[in-house]
Amino acid sequence: MVEEPKVGVYVCHCGVNIAGVVNVKAVVEYASTLPNVVVAKDYPFMCSDPGQNLIIEDIKTKGLNRIVVASCSPRMHEPTFRKALERAGLNPYLLEMANIREHCSWVHEKQPQEATEKAKELVEAAVAKARMLKPIETVKMPVVKRALVIGGGIAGIRAALDIANSGFEVYLVEKRPSIGGNMARLDKTFPTLDCSQCILTPLMVEVAQHPNIKLLTYSEVQSIDGSVGNFTVKILKKPRYVNEDLCTGCGICEQKCPYTVPSEFNLGLGKRKVIYFEFPQAVPLKPVIDRDNCVYFKRGTCRACERFCPAKAIDFNQQPKEITINVGAIVLATGYGLYDVKTKMPEYRYGLSKNVITGLELERLTSATGPTKGAILRPSDNREPKNVAIILCVGSRDEKHLDYCCRVGCVAGIKHAYYIVSHIPDAKVTICYTDIRAFGKGYEDFYGRIRSLDNVQFIRGRPMEIFEDANGSLYFDVFDQNTNRLIRLNPDLVVLETGIVPDPSFEELAKVLKCSRGPDGFALELHPKLRPTETSVDGVFIAGVVQGPKDIPDTVAQAGAAASSAIALLARGEVESVPNVASVNQDLCSGCGVCEVVCPYTAIVLEARNGGRVAKVEATKCKGCGACAAACPSGAMTQLGFEDKQLIPQIEVLARGR
Amino acid sequence: MASSFEPRIVVFACNWCSYAGMDLAGTSRMSYPANLRVVRLMCSGRLEPEHILYAFKAGADGVLVTGCHPGDCHYIAGNYKTRKRIRLLEQLLAQFGLEKERLRLEWISASEGELFTKVAKEFVEQIRALGPSPLKQKELFAPVIGVKAASGGGE
Repeated sequence: MVEEPKVGVYVCHCGVNIAGVVNVKAVVEYASTLPNVVVAKDYPFMCSDPGQNLIIEDIKTKGLNRIVVASCSPRMHEPTFRKALERAGLNPYLLEMANIREHCSWVHEKQPQEATEKAKELVEAAVAKARMLKPIETVKMPVVKRALVIGGGIAGIRAALDIANSGFEVYLVEKRPSIGGNMARLDKTFPTLDCSQCILTPLMVEVAQHPNIKLLTYSEVQSIDGSVGNFTVKILKKPRYVNEDLCTGCGICEQKCPYTVPSEFNLGLGKRKVIYFEFPQAVPLKPVIDRDNCVYFKRGTCRACERFCPAKAIDFNQQPKEITINVGAIVLATGYGLYDVKTKMPEYRYGLSKNVITGLELERLTSATGPTKGAILRPSDNREPKNVAIILCVGSRDEKHLDYCCRVGCVAGIKHAYYIVSHIPDAKVTICYTDIRAFGKGYEDFYGRIRSLDNVQFIRGRPMEIFEDANGSLYFDVFDQNTNRLIRLNPDLVVLETGIVPDPSFEELAKVLKCSRGPDGFALELHPKLRPTETSVDGVFIAGVVQGPKDIPDTVAQAGAAASSAIALLARGEVESVPNVASVNQDLCSGCGVCEVVCPYTAIVLEARNGGRVAKVEATKCKGCGACAAACPSGAMTQLGFEDKQLIPQIEVLARGR
Repeated sequence: MASSFEPRIVVFACNWCSYAGMDLAGTSRMSYPANLRVVRLMCSGRLEPEHILYAFKAGADGVLVTGCHPGDCHYIAGNYKTRKRIRLLEQLLAQFGLEKERLRLEWISASEGELFTKVAKEFVEQIRALGPSPLKQKELFAPVIGVKAASGGGE
């Protein structure tokens, strides 16, 4: 019935990565003695064309029907070798890999003998499993040719435009009332000192006008179901209390609203009205009523905005709206937040002293659309600061806080020094730095230019603690490592270049999507160099700071890359179903229904058979976890590629040893 | 004799978190004792308590089960099922003459190569201290399980 297994074993040297530790020849020799092994060979790079051809030739000429490749992790090259089997006319799932690199040579570099013994066993276990492998047939499923981009900062904007320009429909979801993200808050961008709004707003307008982009602002993703090629996403559109179709964006409502509260966009530095545009260039240019602070919602009176609106667009009865969409690909571009220096680093007095501000706040103070209309005035008394200290690495590269580099603080700090001395020519700026990391294109030039200014001083050292005296003046000591001297500074404004953390919304989103996060909370790419825009979830891509701190050029580049990954998926038009699905032997099934209960995907149904009921697997819904196979008390349910009769021989070899 | 005892440990790892974390330990050139042998599953939820018993029966001195952290399972909740099964199995191990310390459950994420290294070292020492599995001398459960086993495998 089942043909006799004819196993070929191929042991890779991986240059010296494996062969430098493991005695590859000894492994090959041992493998050739194992049952059903017809041929065992080694090759310097099995993944190379000649390496793969070696396998393909042997399949064709020696009639091999099971292949074991002992090389790197299957997470690396399993797809490569499966394709090789396919090219040789063999079912691609008749392959088993032995991981003798990541799990052996690389972790036992100093124990070549033990590593060789372990490699032999790993190969033996792989052969034991391979002998029992069976062909698996997958099915092709259509891809919904539409994408979702979550986050409307520069990364999301770029990704949405690229996908839309290639002819596919895109939903762009942004939780704030306007797209633009943190980049919209910046006055200028380093190192060219381009006006940030001038390069961003044309893209924002393009998004709003693009026939292929459906923009959902003031909206949040509620749930995501399904998988690559066909995700079902529920989005909650929060009520603006403004009818977007009627509103012309004239702004009379905002003028007439009598109440003000601190502006989120200006990071609390200025005020905004209770009905407000997030910023003057907001896209869409539609205001929103802040329900929590609106006097009408609190006390039932006022309605000034409604009275004066010439378009009759105010709608106090607007309700949250749930929108359900189907998409084939998702791009995550949720961006970043700042490290909470207020509670985590009280020694820097942020939130305690008004004249200690963050770099992002300085951007708002410098911006023409900011609370001071572009005049750099210190918050305590609205006077021009004459002596400014800029502290780099606040919370970053610090084992007590964030151990990673924020990748923007150094050059942002240098740019901020430029802001100060260009706005206030008689001001003096001191930058306290750890190292200056001016790594990007043109950054070193820019650093050199600012460093040569007479009124900008650089001190290599981290201030210990900032103090405020009885008159409200700030002072701190910093040990200058270049001159070995303790220096006291008396700045009238302190700017903290704070560390960067993932946007808080990402944690929940990652949980919903089941995509892996790194130790810092940023999205974990599938491989830092080979698959930098992919996540552990097929069809979910990452763009920008959600993956790790980045400057704008890197963010835009990755957004383009993420978009092209999504486009490739949509253009391909079909995805293959998961190979390792559940499979039931209905003759053994007692119809107990345990499998149905444990299945997280409703992929198992009970159907009537011979007067009783039996389990049935809907293979296109099954994601291949194998929970049902583990739960089945009758041995009726199994998982293809991980069947008991495949796993148990593998386990026994590894437990018994040679 | 006890001093020359090298524990034999079978590790079960899910593909998405733990196996990836072990790969990372390799890519980062960390090192841990060569006593562990990994069986890759797509999800720790696939693991049957019987698989663990097969490992002990065949000669494992310890079994390390790893999975995604709670809430992070690639398949929604496979790791919760694993946790329940392991806790139950722990209760039963004594009946087979095994110390429950020979079985360990750990959550290892794809970025925790260092944690795996630490766990691997600790567990090897823990099993070394316990000594060889008492089942190695006895053929205790040959008649009890083995119903599902397909032949002996590799010999």
